[in-house]
Amino acid sequence: MIRGACKAGSGPLLAAPLAACGGNWQSALDVYGTAAIGLKQLIILIVAVCSVVWMLVMIALIVALWRRRDAQAQAPEPTRERRMTVAIMGAVVATVLIIGTFTVMSFIATRALNVAGQDDLTIRVRGLQWWWGLEYVGPDPSQRFETANEIHIPVGRNVRLKLEGLDVIHSFWVPSLAGKQDLVPGRPNELTIRAERAGVYRGQCAEFCGMQHAHMALLVIAEPQDDFDKWANAQRQAATQPAEEEAASGLQTFLAKPCAACHTVRGTAAAGTTGPDLTHVGGRRAIAAGLFETTRGSLAAWIADPQTIKPGNNMPLVPLTPEELRAVSAYLASLK
Amino acid sequence: MNGPPTAPDTRDADIERTRLPSVLAETWKTPVGFWGALVTVDHKIIGRRYIFTAFVFLAIGGVLAALMRIQLAQPEARLFGPDRYNQIFTMHGANMMFLFAVPVMEAVAVYLVPLMVGTRNIAFPRLNAFSYWIYLAGGVLLWTAFALDMGPDVGWFAYVPLSGPQYGAGKRADIWAQMITFTELSALAVAVELVVTIFKQRAPGMTLDRIPVFVWAMLVTSFLVIMAMPAIMIASTSLILDRLVGTHFFNPAEGGDALLWQHLFWFFGHPEVYIIFLPAAGMVSTMIEPFARRPAFGYLGLVMALIATGILAFGLWVHHMFVAGLPRLGDSFFTASSMAIAVPAGIQIFCWLATLWDGRPVFKTPLLFIIGFVVTFVIGGLTGVMVASVPFDTQVHDTYFVVAHFHYVLIGGAVFPLLGAVHYWFPKLTGRMMSERLGQWSFWLIIVGFNATFFPMHILGLEGMPRRIYTYQPDLPWHGLNLFISLSAVILIAGFLLFFINAIRSAHFGEVAPDNPWDAPTLEWASTSPPPSYNFAMIPVVSSLHPLWDDRETLPVAAGLRTDRRELVVTTLAGAEPQAREASPRNSIWPLWAAIATTIMLIWSIFSPWAVIWGSIPVAVALIGWFWPKGTPEDES
Amino acid sequence: MRERIVLGLGRLPLHGMGAASVTWWGTLAFMLIEGTGFALAIAVYLYLMNLATVWPINAPPPDLLPGTLMTLILEISLVPNILLSRWAEQQDLRKVRVGIVIMSILGIIPLIVRIFEFPALKVSWDSNAYGSVVWTLLGLHTTHIITDVVDTLVLAVLMFTRHGLNLRRFGDVQDNAMYWNFVVATWLPIYGCIYWLARL
Ligand code: HEO
Ligand code: HEM
Ligand SMILES: [Cu+2]
Repeated sequence: MIRGACKAGSGPLLAAPLAACGGNWQSALDVYGTAAIGLKQLIILIVAVCSVVWMLVMIALIVALWRRRDAQAQAPEPTRERRMTVAIMGAVVATVLIIGTFTVMSFIATRALNVAGQDDLTIRVRGLQWWWGLEYVGPDPSQRFETANEIHIPVGRNVRLKLEGLDVIHSFWVPSLAGKQDLVPGRPNELTIRAERAGVYRGQCAEFCGMQHAHMALLVIAEPQDDFDKWANAQRQAATQPAEEEAASGLQTFLAKPCAACHTVRGTAAAGTTGPDLTHVGGRRAIAAGLFETTRGSLAAWIADPQTIKPGNNMPLVPLTPEELRAVSAYLASLK
Repeated sequence: MNGPPTAPDTRDADIERTRLPSVLAETWKTPVGFWGALVTVDHKIIGRRYIFTAFVFLAIGGVLAALMRIQLAQPEARLFGPDRYNQIFTMHGANMMFLFAVPVMEAVAVYLVPLMVGTRNIAFPRLNAFSYWIYLAGGVLLWTAFALDMGPDVGWFAYVPLSGPQYGAGKRADIWAQMITFTELSALAVAVELVVTIFKQRAPGMTLDRIPVFVWAMLVTSFLVIMAMPAIMIASTSLILDRLVGTHFFNPAEGGDALLWQHLFWFFGHPEVYIIFLPAAGMVSTMIEPFARRPAFGYLGLVMALIATGILAFGLWVHHMFVAGLPRLGDSFFTASSMAIAVPAGIQIFCWLATLWDGRPVFKTPLLFIIGFVVTFVIGGLTGVMVASVPFDTQVHDTYFVVAHFHYVLIGGAVFPLLGAVHYWFPKLTGRMMSERLGQWSFWLIIVGFNATFFPMHILGLEGMPRRIYTYQPDLPWHGLNLFISLSAVILIAGFLLFFINAIRSAHFGEVAPDNPWDAPTLEWASTSPPPSYNFAMIPVVSSLHPLWDDRETLPVAAGLRTDRRELVVTTLAGAEPQAREASPRNSIWPLWAAIATTIMLIWSIFSPWAVIWGSIPVAVALIGWFWPKGTPEDES
Repeated sequence: MRERIVLGLGRLPLHGMGAASVTWWGTLAFMLIEGTGFALAIAVYLYLMNLATVWPINAPPPDLLPGTLMTLILEISLVPNILLSRWAEQQDLRKVRVGIVIMSILGIIPLIVRIFEFPALKVSWDSNAYGSVVWTLLGLHTTHIITDVVDTLVLAVLMFTRHGLNLRRFGDVQDNAMYWNFVVATWLPIYGCIYWLARL
């Protein structure tokens, strides 16, 4: 569904050919990030060497079992025992050499994992049950803004993610871009990502975090610097006042009902912080941490019954009349 | 109760050899019927019971696995909601690790080690009875909670804060923590019994270099249990305290730390996997001899590899925490130590290959399982080496790649040898042979089904599928492989079913087994199949590593033990020279009372801290009853 | 298989003492388990201390008096304890009776001192992680004292019954004495941790 949008590849944000759309958009084997590309090479190399090791063991096993034996050979005989000892010593030496090489390779590759510096684009990523809170941090406080579940980054630049677990432990993982890193309460972590090509990359929480661990996805949208700047500027703005009547009444409902207690829509009185910032929710590709493509219909379905769609999540069912539901979803969809 | 069958101080040598068995049987007997089942301290009865129970847990844990595979066969399946699924995988993992894999290995040892070292009962037989009851109680607690929809749902390693007071609502995490207490208690008790049995009750002449490799493996394993389990005891106790009385061990807001839990858990959890694997490796080293028809190559190397693995096992735990954000330099140290364990593992593999190379293989079911083990375990070991690399692990940690790794090592590395061992020692356990035809069928189903089920999981993990997700969305390209895996699991499960059918049928109708059906060289085969209550009418005297191959007709023995009381020989630690004719305790109901009192205290303490105070009184009473001398001949000195 | 008698066991004693006794080894094994537990609990203390910016967290260091008194009493108790073990080895029932009564009393006194030790920590278990870990360390050690005291009391009663004059009982007394040494030995690092590390 969300993928479908990606395949269509239309719209100003997707002007660049979407490489990630060709293959798997969440895979350590289909890589478009600097870190992930390096990791893939390492993975392939180690897997290849290990495959050879396994094959050699298998050959030895097969020959050992089915080789022809001299009928008279009986009890263990010293010369044969000695020869086998030498063979085993040789195999042990080979093992030591291989694991030694692996260790050195790993050590070198590890040092290349986190490279972003202070002046790179910095995003605070907060893991919550079961969505991602995002805050773009600039040197200038007025440049800061909040969003959720959808990270935009400029292509070809290091992006520094400051990872914070706010409730339980989560893990930030967008395999096509980089390896994962946990978000541990009380212990902030960091991760550098850098996309080599424009595209939409999916990620998913990788540390079991409770009921809806399965539905805690996020999207990373890598785009050319200009597009990114345009997007960021738009995000900094407060929400536009609804023009249509239906949406306007939706805003009223939103403020009157408990919605506003948990969500923020900048530019309105809604300033809750328990749930994701909704200021530009209509412009995000997916709602409910990757569960549905954002449409008026999916928004309405979600609001009507969040607990059936994503059982256990922290959004309660807010009773609305059908008209109110229609109006609120129209309002939210209008928040581009 | 039962008085001495012969006059005080009658010696075995004074009795006619034909009458000796009946006299000893009277002294060592377990009363028939229900009462006998409750009071027995015979390591064979308890061992059999232990093994049986562990296999029951394997079967129901397997049912949970099947349920997970049905759910995951297609995207967005709604057979289970997240709440149930999370309980199911937690139960599967916790059940398989704590109620099946660790106990089953100790159970086999409870049965075999006393026979293999040529003694009449395990050391501390009453503790042995107690440990079984406690184990059973822990299992029943866990499964009852699951049946009541109170099963733990925090994963088998129950990371805080998810399992802590704030996020782990209800009593689910407490059940998990208390189940740990039960199983650790029983595992520790068995470990102590095994260490002392192996140190002090070996047959005269069984010097350190004449100990069968399986017994060595159990010795190393027991030390691992002794040194590793306290970590999880401390961890689970702290967790319960955090949840019940408001301590802050794991609360970062009050000076606690979430990663402290992970350190404590894995300081136990990593050795735990070798607690499962080393006995299996020992089984392979011991079983391979009759089927290769030669001594295992490199006895010293095999034993050293076990010891080296045991020591290294304590230096690896951080490799489960590579993405938790610890200092990178430290991580790299743990990469190196984890990789290093490939050396002792390799030495064992190479020695087994050499044994087969030089031997004359007999292709019976146990050997098939050994072959299946080598094929599969090496894959699992190599993927272990892969995930031991920090950068590699940042991509596959907590994905199906890791699920594949640990099933390869757990099932391929431990369950395959175990199944081989069941076929191999079945005659000693039951007096009957297992069907060779069914055995081979089940082997092929299991090995094919296993690899088809778990190999594709490596690919899924690399393709980005995290573990512990109750479902996945259709726009992710995982459904093809998942369907394939679920269908393959049917073959695997069919293989296990056939194995169970074979075992149950053979136990009743199998061909009656001779004493030593495989022409095996170790002492347990010198006894009858199954062995009498006293194991050996006279204690064997050992002069080599393969006593039954030195002389297939006669068994050198020692005479002079009393027959009017339960008596066995205590020997020196290294040289196995006789030191004393020690008494071995009689049947007793007290271990059961102690276990019941302990169970009440532990379950009660899930709900109130006062349980620890009031509940300990009946425990103390039961223990006093247990140890109070009853004035039987065993009390003489 | 046919049996061939190659060894006579008839002259062996009916019960071995010390390293020839299985209970001695069993006690040793349990001491290893518990020693590992203590070591890990201390490791937890050090870990949390290392993590904290100030230590102790929101509390003054514990009062030295009760803990130091405890240490003294435990150290002093070693003297009769070792004597008792020696008398048991010599199988001197009269002296063992006297010794075990003394050891019972010397086991109960520390429990009384312990009652004053908990408040001297000046922090509650539920105030913060520091409070949690010191209470746990102290609690862990207290359970060991209690276990040993109960064991000593039961043995004391046994020594005055007809079961007393028995090699096994003397062995039990020795094992019990060894365990008390262990309880005293484990106290020292815990004492250092709780009372002195908090003053660094
Ligand atoms: C029986 C159980 C068992 C065994 C034997 C092993 C064996 C090994 N394991 Fe595994 N493991 C086991 C059970 C588990 N492991 C886990 C997870 C796990 C992780 C963490 C992964 C992660 O969470 O991201 C690492 C790094 C390893 C490493 C290893 C290594 C290096 C070995 C080595 O011992 C393997 C050595 C064997 C080898 C290498 C093959 C034979 C050697 C030959 C043939 C010589 C030639 C070899 C070379 C040249 C390399 N394991 C988990 C997951 C826990 C969880 O998260 O739920 C479990 C249950
Ligand atoms: C019939 C054979 C088996 C099948 C089909 C199977 C299947 C699975 C699957 C699919 C998972 C992943 C669940 C998830 O992440 O959502 C899993 C987890 C696990 N399995 Fe198995 N399994 C089998 C046997 C075993 C055995 C024999 C053991 C142990 C000896 C074992 C130990 C574990 C453990 C420890 C976990 C991790 C649980 C957790 O994440 O908390 N499994 N198994
Ligand atoms: Cu490990």
